[in-house]
Amino acid sequence: MVTTNAIHESLVKIVGKSYVSASREEKYFYARDGGLMPPHEPDFVVLPRTTEEVQEIVRLANREKIPIVPAGAGLALTGLVIPQKGGIVVDMKRMDRVLEVNEKARYVIVEGGTTQGALKSYLQKHHPHLRHSIPDAPPSATVVANAVIHGQGRLAHQHGFNSDMVSGLEVVLPTGEVCRIGSCSVSSYWFSKGPPLPDLSGLFLGWFGTTGIITKLGLKLYPCKKLRDVMVLLTDKVELVPDILLRLSHTEMVEDTVISAQPLPLRFRGTFWIMTYITGDSDEELEFKRKMVWDAVWDYFQSRDVGFISTSPEGKAPLLSMPSKDTTRFADVAKGGGFQYAGPITPIEKFPAFIRKLEEVAAKYNVFYGSTTRLIGSGHCMMFSFSFSFNRANPDEMARAKRALDECSKFALEEGAVLWKPDVDEQKMIMEKMDPNTLELMRKIKRLLDPNGIMNPGNWEMR
Amino acid sequence: MIGLKFDKTKCVDCKGVFCLTRCQYLQLDRDTARKEWQKIVDGEDSFVLEACTTCYACEEYCPFHNHPFYLIVERQEQKGILPAPRPIITMWINQCQPVGRFTVGKVDERMLSYCFLPHFNTLVKGKLFDDTAGAVVFGQEFFCNAVYLHYAHTSVITERLPQIVANIGKLGVRELICLHDECYGTFTSLAPAYGIEVPFKPVHYFEYLYNRLKGLGKTVKKLDVKAAYQRNCSSRLAPETDKLVDDIFSLIGVERVKREYDKENALCCAEIIRMGKGPALADDIQKRNIDDMVKAGAEYCVFNCPACWDALADKVARKGIKPVHIIDLCKLAIGEAQSLKLPELAVEV
Amino acid sequence: MMQQKYVSQIHRCFRCGYCKFPTDYSSFNCPPYQRFRFETYSTGGRLWLIYAWLKGEIEWSEHLAEILYTCTTCRNCAEQCPMKFAPDIIDWIVGARSDMVEKGRIPPRVARFFEAVQGYSNPFKLLRDDRASWANGTKLYSPGDEFLLYIGCLGSYDENGQKMAKSLVSVLKAAEVPFGIMGKDEECCGNEVYMLGEMGLFQNIAERNIQKFKKLGVRKIVTLCPHGYHAMKNNYPKAGGFEVYHYTELLAELTKAKKLKFSSNRIKVTYQDPCFLGRHNNIYDEPRQVLQYIPGIELVEMERNRKDAFCCGGGSGNFVMDLLAGDENSPARIRVREAYATGADILAVACPGCMTMLTDAVKTENLETKLTVHDISQILARSLS
Ligand SMILES: Cc1cc2nc3c(=O)[nH]c(=O)nc-3n(C[C@H](O)[C@H](O)[C@H](O)COP(=O)(O)OP(=O)(O)OC[C@H]3O[C@@H](n4cnc5c(N)ncnc54)[C@H](O)[C@@H]3O)c2cc1C
Ligand code: SF4
Ligand code: SF4
Repeated sequence: MVTTNAIHESLVKIVGKSYVSASREEKYFYARDGGLMPPHEPDFVVLPRTTEEVQEIVRLANREKIPIVPAGAGLALTGLVIPQKGGIVVDMKRMDRVLEVNEKARYVIVEGGTTQGALKSYLQKHHPHLRHSIPDAPPSATVVANAVIHGQGRLAHQHGFNSDMVSGLEVVLPTGEVCRIGSCSVSSYWFSKGPPLPDLSGLFLGWFGTTGIITKLGLKLYPCKKLRDVMVLLTDKVELVPDILLRLSHTEMVEDTVISAQPLPLRFRGTFWIMTYITGDSDEELEFKRKMVWDAVWDYFQSRDVGFISTSPEGKAPLLSMPSKDTTRFADVAKGGGFQYAGPITPIEKFPAFIRKLEEVAAKYNVFYGSTTRLIGSGHCMMFSFSFSFNRANPDEMARAKRALDECSKFALEEGAVLWKPDVDEQKMIMEKMDPNTLELMRKIKRLLDPNGIMNPGNWEMR
Repeated sequence: MIGLKFDKTKCVDCKGVFCLTRCQYLQLDRDTARKEWQKIVDGEDSFVLEACTTCYACEEYCPFHNHPFYLIVERQEQKGILPAPRPIITMWINQCQPVGRFTVGKVDERMLSYCFLPHFNTLVKGKLFDDTAGAVVFGQEFFCNAVYLHYAHTSVITERLPQIVANIGKLGVRELICLHDECYGTFTSLAPAYGIEVPFKPVHYFEYLYNRLKGLGKTVKKLDVKAAYQRNCSSRLAPETDKLVDDIFSLIGVERVKREYDKENALCCAEIIRMGKGPALADDIQKRNIDDMVKAGAEYCVFNCPACWDALADKVARKGIKPVHIIDLCKLAIGEAQSLKLPELAVEV
Repeated sequence: MMQQKYVSQIHRCFRCGYCKFPTDYSSFNCPPYQRFRFETYSTGGRLWLIYAWLKGEIEWSEHLAEILYTCTTCRNCAEQCPMKFAPDIIDWIVGARSDMVEKGRIPPRVARFFEAVQGYSNPFKLLRDDRASWANGTKLYSPGDEFLLYIGCLGSYDENGQKMAKSLVSVLKAAEVPFGIMGKDEECCGNEVYMLGEMGLFQNIAERNIQKFKKLGVRKIVTLCPHGYHAMKNNYPKAGGFEVYHYTELLAELTKAKKLKFSSNRIKVTYQDPCFLGRHNNIYDEPRQVLQYIPGIELVEMERNRKDAFCCGGGSGNFVMDLLAGDENSPARIRVREAYATGADILAVACPGCMTMLTDAVKTENLETKLTVHDISQILARSLS
């Protein structure tokens, strides 16, 4: 066994002295995230700049059998970047460039730690008629990590999960080889993550960094129209929500639909707010789409079950902003710097049942709740969030919030949902319910790719 | 006893049934109007109750101040007619519910009422408000609740208003300068109509502005511009204040352009109508209104109500007319800057 | 003390990271994070570590203190954080520093800074008697003068700062402004001492200065340095009884009133908003108005400007201690590269701190023949006809 000092020195050789730390302070910070999972400290934090550096770090870790955890901004909140078994946390955010935009094939290639904010800003500046599907996570969230956890953004209704939009990968395998996935493995173009080849991207997307470190990622871009608007529909009948969503989706005119439900401020109590987004290159186009949306629910409007709320330009601004700062502000409603959500991916027909569960659990554990649901695909599923905010200075409240989350996750799984970005405990719940042959396949893949089990251990760990 | 003081006999004497014959949305001949109005008076069903856009105008049209609109609202509520979708009404009722959070500035004998409109935080500043700035009531506990006239919920008004009036009274306010017609109309028309006593003197902010401008004497410069005035629904509760617009305009050199949809024939901002009746009628109203402003050669569209501002400012600007709130217009005349402005138009923020 | 509020509030940070960015998210705008890139050096990192220290989860260490003291109090975080507490973040950081100071646990460089100010009334340990050696007969303030021109430590002792002071004096003379300086009697304004958390020393400085101003009968103070401006305007006890202006405000008024005559000066200029003028005090327009008043000057903006301006790295005493130096990612070096990218000939500053930081960085970046750092009064002085 090589000494800690020797490893430190090796790391310094790889990335330079300024970008390795084994200090208390860095260990403390990288031991936790903003959510509720218990902390665990790494032995080192490193900040590589190049694929080669990542390769060398991985080789070192593989040789010495040291756990290694790739980290973005840690905003998944479910502890996916907490080094459960110590080792090296690789903060990817120095690899932050936008490498290439292919306007004609509509994709971008970013590095392993490029932030959502940087990509958004880059496109706005250099390619204003193209956009990507921005999640409402804070802008420091990384593009790669978001794809790794199958995130969803502002184009989710039209184009599905952000991982569906991946158009190629460069991965450092746990054994140190660099490997290209998709069209870029045979061509200089990054237009497809798989088709027409065997789609190997599935070996990395959804695996939480347990099968390799992604150093480059191609992402599909979509047209960015000149105008964008949001329509806000309200209903007080929870059972109507799934049908309203299907009708909105049927118009094929809306690009994103989000439903929010929360008891406070009072104006939100007792009603479900459905925000649906339309875009156009002209007022006429927008007007047409607006009319389609009205028409889609006209009978509900006439029966007085659904209304549209008029919103001033000022009122719309926060709804139109990407990412939405209001989503993040939820963390301060308890004046305590914390929130976490369980976000099962589920058929939209479950909306009423999940809302009832959310209210029941919030009351049971006396925690403040909210829910923001995002439609994914043409009504194929949704991300329903059971969100609880808590005061970080109140351990009891934190414990109650955690229990509330666990209960919601368990319920969702029983109802047929699949947990999104599950924490290590939830991963176990999922694997228990999984078809054994599927689980066995996953085990084989993991063993093949990561024979020493160094990659983000604790996650997707099959007994 | 709190209840609408409505005098049937006045209607019997009324030749014109002006409340319904002058309605901008119903187009009724006098006989039909009389028949339908009688039904309403008698508490019977009438299609009028469903068709009403809640524009408040009939309050102004009744020559006897017999409160035809309040009666319509009463009847709508009695019959469970929903002029807007239920969730919209629920949202309003919840949003303005008093919760014991008193937003009070400096307490004074003379105070400004911001109603429930944050716009006034932006608008109220500068010399015009030198001696009142800071003496403000705002929010649920002081909210006039007149908005429920749009939503067939007089019951919410009669339930909450006495407490609201008491809340203001308890502060020792003698004069309440209402920055929103809705409050002014509530205290001068709605409350008396329901027998709710108002222990302070409501002052319309037009009057306040006019006096301030007078006081500022030579600092007031003529703006020499043509403006279309956007009348709001709640001004129908206090039509006598409309004259003050002309007074203010003449002090600051603003020409109120002659146009079809001003004064008694004014069109409202139509956003309440959009929420109640859908986009077709609302779009039509807004288009007619703005086209009319353009035709009349208006450089400015002058707003009284912040809700009209929210609905129309952006739309008039697209037609090349500068939106300005009347408070800001007065500021311009004394060399101060416009404070309430449109956010910069952006695809995203 | 107001800063002590941090103890009961600091856990509210969600470590979301909005604070690291400018408004458009195009780059990183927290100088120490941009320099070191460990999350610990971002605002969120700093706040979480302070909370951990408060709770006793981590011990004091020099590294911890350095992390705390690399914050330049540039106020980008307060501008960007979406939470209600955003305006308080700087107070929290300063509050934690003041606790460290009280416990005597600060990095040596910070301790030396305090010693110098305490003993010499300037952070450079230069002689009090030399404070006005730049002044070359500039008139001392006497009752009846409209303004006291307060120079500050950098203007008094730093080579580049002195140049600024001299040119400002010449411009004020040209505009026939009745003013005087304090000469050797001037003392440190205390702003950095405050930001670094030495509250006792700051109180002494503030009281002493106010006494002196009172004795002189000063009504209006105009400062060369935004740091002094900020301290006197916002952190001195309110009983001062004098008005404070930054010199760019005064110059804006003078140019507007046509008190100065210019000849054409064909140059391209970009402007660095000083944190203590811009984000801390919302003064963005006046300096630009002055520049635009000079015929021939073309003002071009850097990518990050106004409330998104990137700090030079000199705040919180770092123009002396320079805890962020030593790398191509040092803020001042990044900033001069950004200025150079605009194609400007001159990088205009309005702060002697920016002046010295950016002048050094221009040298390090080998841009000396391409980009010159001048303060606004120097540009003005050169354009006077
Ligand atoms: C307020 C708020 C709102 C949110 N809204 C949304 C939303 O609308 N949509 C959405 O999708 N998500 C949302 N999220 C969740 C989450 O923040 C995002 O999905 C975000 O993209 C995660 O990025 P990150 O960089 O923080 O990931 P991290 O938490 O750092 O990492 C996530 C996983 O990716 C792995 N990983 C990181 N980098 C690599 C790499 N280079 N190679 C391999 N594996 C890697 C990590 O090991 C970890 O397992 C939200 C979160 C918050 C706090
Ligand atoms: S200071 Fe504000 S913006 Fe920064 S991490 Fe904390 S909560 Fe987020
Ligand atoms: S004040 Fe500036 S340097 Fe300090 S934490 Fe905030 S952004 Fe960073």
